[in-house]
Amino acid sequence: MTRRFVMEFERPLVELEDKIAELRTLDLTDKPDLATEIAILAQEIDQLRHETYEHLTPWARVQIARHPDRPKTTEFIEALFTDVIELHGDRLYGDDEAIFAGFGTLSGRRVVILGHRKGKTTKENVRRNFGSPHPEGFRKAMRVMRLADRFGLPIVSFLDTAGAFPGIEAEERGQSLAIAESLAALSQVAVPVVVAGIGEGGSGGALAIGFGDRLIMLENAYYSVISPEACASILYKDSSHAETAAGCLKMTAEDLVGLGIVDEVVPEPFGGAHNEPEAAFVAIGERISAALDELDGQERATLVQRRYERLRAIGVYA
Amino acid sequence: MPIADWFKARESRKYTPASDKSAPAEVPDGVWVKCESCKHIIYEGELVADQRVCRHCGHHFALSAPERIGSLVDEGSFVEKDAGLSPGDPLSFSAAKPYGASLDKAREQSGLNEAIVTGSAAIGGHDVVIGVMDFRFVGASMGSVVGEKVARAFEAALSQRKPLVMVISSGGARMQEGMLSLMQMAKTSAAAARLSDAGVPYISILADPTYGGVTASFPVLADVILAEPGARIGFTGPRIIEQTIRQKLPKGFQTSEFMLEHGMIDSVVPRSELRDTVGLLLEYLSAKGGER
Ligand SMILES: [Zn+2]
Repeated sequence: MTRRFVMEFERPLVELEDKIAELRTLDLTDKPDLATEIAILAQEIDQLRHETYEHLTPWARVQIARHPDRPKTTEFIEALFTDVIELHGDRLYGDDEAIFAGFGTLSGRRVVILGHRKGKTTKENVRRNFGSPHPEGFRKAMRVMRLADRFGLPIVSFLDTAGAFPGIEAEERGQSLAIAESLAALSQVAVPVVVAGIGEGGSGGALAIGFGDRLIMLENAYYSVISPEACASILYKDSSHAETAAGCLKMTAEDLVGLGIVDEVVPEPFGGAHNEPEAAFVAIGERISAALDELDGQERATLVQRRYERLRAIGVYA
Repeated sequence: MPIADWFKARESRKYTPASDKSAPAEVPDGVWVKCESCKHIIYEGELVADQRVCRHCGHHFALSAPERIGSLVDEGSFVEKDAGLSPGDPLSFSAAKPYGASLDKAREQSGLNEAIVTGSAAIGGHDVVIGVMDFRFVGASMGSVVGEKVARAFEAALSQRKPLVMVISSGGARMQEGMLSLMQMAKTSAAAARLSDAGVPYISILADPTYGGVTASFPVLADVILAEPGARIGFTGPRIIEQTIRQKLPKGFQTSEFMLEHGMIDSVVPRSELRDTVGLLLEYLSAKGGER
């Protein structure tokens, strides 16, 4: 039997569940006391399950967002879009598999799809750098954004990255420039841009394809200026304070609605999208379509102007 | 230009006064500084006269925003805008050290309300809009106020059709304002895109250090990107890269010279030549009077 992946915050619950499963294999015919004990334990487990998943802390949500079985961009695309054609390469250096770019049809509507692409297997993850793009990934996204603009196709973008790839070659090939240019391009495309945060939203690498006219997020997705671990290692010189940092950074979908950055939180199946991916696909698909409906028929110049005004309004100062 | 004159001119415009610590003109005689590069002991007065460049090895020391403005713009031409714009604490951020306390300390040490000073000035006789970051203020990280002042500077340059000059040094996005800080990258980049579209010149000068979310936004979207010699410039900080790849970084990695070699910036310009270089660039970029 393969053991399921256990997140840190659910470990106490899973240990009890394992225990009761073991107890239930015993022959209890002449042990009525033990049967009562098991019944009580079962009740306690139900209570703990409720406490564990009903009120998830920011740090628990980060763990869910990183769950290896959490549905990835590729699965959302397969589930929601038909007639998908992937477009490869940045026309400069290479094809970065950490970014998906292409055409697809969502409930009859033809769009351009962008997304960070993590792998399912170790082999895929090695090729895709666990969804952390190099400059050529952002340049591919930018190239395809401009195609969308030129041919009047709305853009749907899926966010799921720990961040832009931190490496020597990424710096040599202009990680900063690629991200900045992508930000500038995305601010100017005169087609609707709908962004869906489905997992990790790590800093500039997420932002490069991560803002638009509507920003929706699955309830356990996060979006943050810095990873909680990196924040903790800067502030406390110790990454074990990541849990505290995750709370302070206000990086959950719900927090970001409060800050005026996220438009809508999309509820997930109990315990996280990995428990019932189909439900997550349907929920996200509906909300993306609804957002695109709202943006239909807007003048090109109006779209760009309103997007600018949305960005201009972000910030708190005296 | 003697920096003391500039400070006098500045005071007459009711500029927020800098503290003694940050005002080299007020440093008493007999203060000595050790060059962090060549280890020579330099007389503070000499360092001020040399715009804080070591005369032994050419090492460029950090400049405060007031010092930078003094060294770059035509004497007496600077008029500050939005000086009163002050950061809040929108996340009530209190991990390790309350954000409010960091801000108080930064204000006290720098005499500034935020990590960037913006306004109008002239360089070589060209009227410009200018923004200068000050590393003393929470590592010149970009939060809501820095993003807002940058966006306003771009908008002022656009509406007045005046060239924009930005002097950058920053540790990156300000984590104590969370996603509000990250979004300033998009906001400032969008503002830069509009200025570019309008054909108004924009020159950025990258000083030591320029990192993270700040590098990956408005600074590298300039028409001409200059950097001071030896400045550390990059996206991901060297320690994080070393941890990821588990090897030492090559010497000179993420310096101005490295950026030049990889085709990411236009030129490395010593501080002593910056004013003339920017003035000459403005001659070229204003050839059509900014119209197109
Ligand atoms: Zn020296």
